[in-house]
Amino acid sequence: MFIVKYIKEVFGGLKSLLVGMRRTGYYFTHHKEIITEQYPDNRDTLVMADRFKGEVILLHDENNEHACTGCTACELACPNATIKIVTKFDITPEGKKKKAIDKFVYHLELCTMCNLCIVACPTDAIKMAQTFEHSVFNRADLTKILNKPDSKIREGIE
Amino acid sequence: MFEEIGTTTEGDLIINVGPQHPATHGVLHLVITLNGETIKKVEPHLGYIHRSIEKMCESLTYRQFIYVTSRMDYLSAHINNHACALTVEKGMQIEVPERAQVIRVIMDELTRIASHELWWGAMAMDIGAFTPFFHAFREREKINEIMEETCGARLTMNYYVPGGLMAELHPDFQKKVKEFIVLFKRKIDEYDELVTGNIIFINRMKGVGILSKEDAISYGCSGPAARGSGVNCDIRKLYPYAVYDKVQFDEILETGCDSLARYMIRIREMKQSIRIIEQLIDNIPEGDFQAKTKAVLKLPKGEFYTRVETARGELGVYIMSEGATTPYRIKFRSPGFSNLSALDHMARGSKLGDLVAMMGTLDLVIPDIDR
Repeated sequence: MFIVKYIKEVFGGLKSLLVGMRRTGYYFTHHKEIITEQYPDNRDTLVMADRFKGEVILLHDENNEHACTGCTACELACPNATIKIVTKFDITPEGKKKKAIDKFVYHLELCTMCNLCIVACPTDAIKMAQTFEHSVFNRADLTKILNKPDSKIREGIE
Repeated sequence: MFEEIGTTTEGDLIINVGPQHPATHGVLHLVITLNGETIKKVEPHLGYIHRSIEKMCESLTYRQFIYVTSRMDYLSAHINNHACALTVEKGMQIEVPERAQVIRVIMDELTRIASHELWWGAMAMDIGAFTPFFHAFREREKINEIMEETCGARLTMNYYVPGGLMAELHPDFQKKVKEFIVLFKRKIDEYDELVTGNIIFINRMKGVGILSKEDAISYGCSGPAARGSGVNCDIRKLYPYAVYDKVQFDEILETGCDSLARYMIRIREMKQSIRIIEQLIDNIPEGDFQAKTKAVLKLPKGEFYTRVETARGELGVYIMSEGATTPYRIKFRSPGFSNLSALDHMARGSKLGDLVAMMGTLDLVIPDIDR
């Protein structure tokens, strides 16, 4: 009786190994799809998901105008002090003082891509870009000023 | 001080596994006292990845602190965020729209499948099988793509906010999830062929790391680690949150008390998760994805506690509020910490080679233990 049980166990074990090997062999011979992405080589064709959170950018239109009023809602929403907004006072043609941003400082090295600043922005001035190659040689390069030189706030945005 | 190298006075050998060791899946440091090949004592040393998340949360507002909890148990990031959002909603008495609740449950279950798949691949690799890892990651990639499309990130999503969700679902979400269900149902049988039935695997798992029902309860184990010993502790069944009370699913229980039982729990749990998603994916109600909340959230003075079932067990979030915009004290009851404490009890008297199998079935995520 013991011998029969032993032989059953041996053959049962062998069968289980063969079942597993068959599955491995199936994928070895039926390589229909390639799942791995050949990353640095496919750079030109690589498309990231349109909501992918890569870095914060300030949107500028063709007239070099943005929608940031300098309300610092994003700065307050940020958990890591990633955003620092430096404001200045512009003189309007009517001779009035108007608050505007001087520098939109963004510390990429502190950012955790939590999206809270984008949600907080009342004028949709900032959004997440789909870039992801952020390595630089110098740490100071990660501190960015998002507003382009000589950019102005778009007309009609308060 | 601990004895960390050499031999003890009784002549037992002390060896260190970790802090950097491929089998510990992170910076876990185990000091093992050995008598020959037999384990006499296992002493986990923690603190290598301590980031003081609880203290950090005290300086963040109720909207801000949620993202930090993704970094605790990063494999069930959605579920951690869910627990925090639920606690704040409980304190503020925010009514979450039905649509947000359903989407949250779908996301939670997708996370659970992704987490169990990673565990399955890594566990088989610990035991010595290399192929399963690629099979697991192939399917997990599909979930990651779904997450990337809707939440914008693959691991630390931060998709839940107090009151609902951060953004609307991606238009392709339902289609992609349905494709995944069809694919996954076919693949999960392959997992059984590859690993579950394998005689070498069964021999290495059966009778290894015995944790009786009484011990599981007294060590505070939860999740698959405790359900493998027959403790019914599924928070989704016992204290239903979101829409878990409206869906049909079984609480998986095994009575083997060994590593194989804990392994089977997770394999069967993946099938239940698919069952939950199948029921909900076509029935996402219309409506808002976020409730209207105040601009500044202030929890009333008091103490609030909620618990959820993560992929590893029970996660409890305790918030003590003084009525300010930031919490006075936050405490997380993480499942990994309690499950790890049972390791010493399980390992005593067994062979050194079996320790990896035990650790594998506990499904330890070290940042969750250390926080």
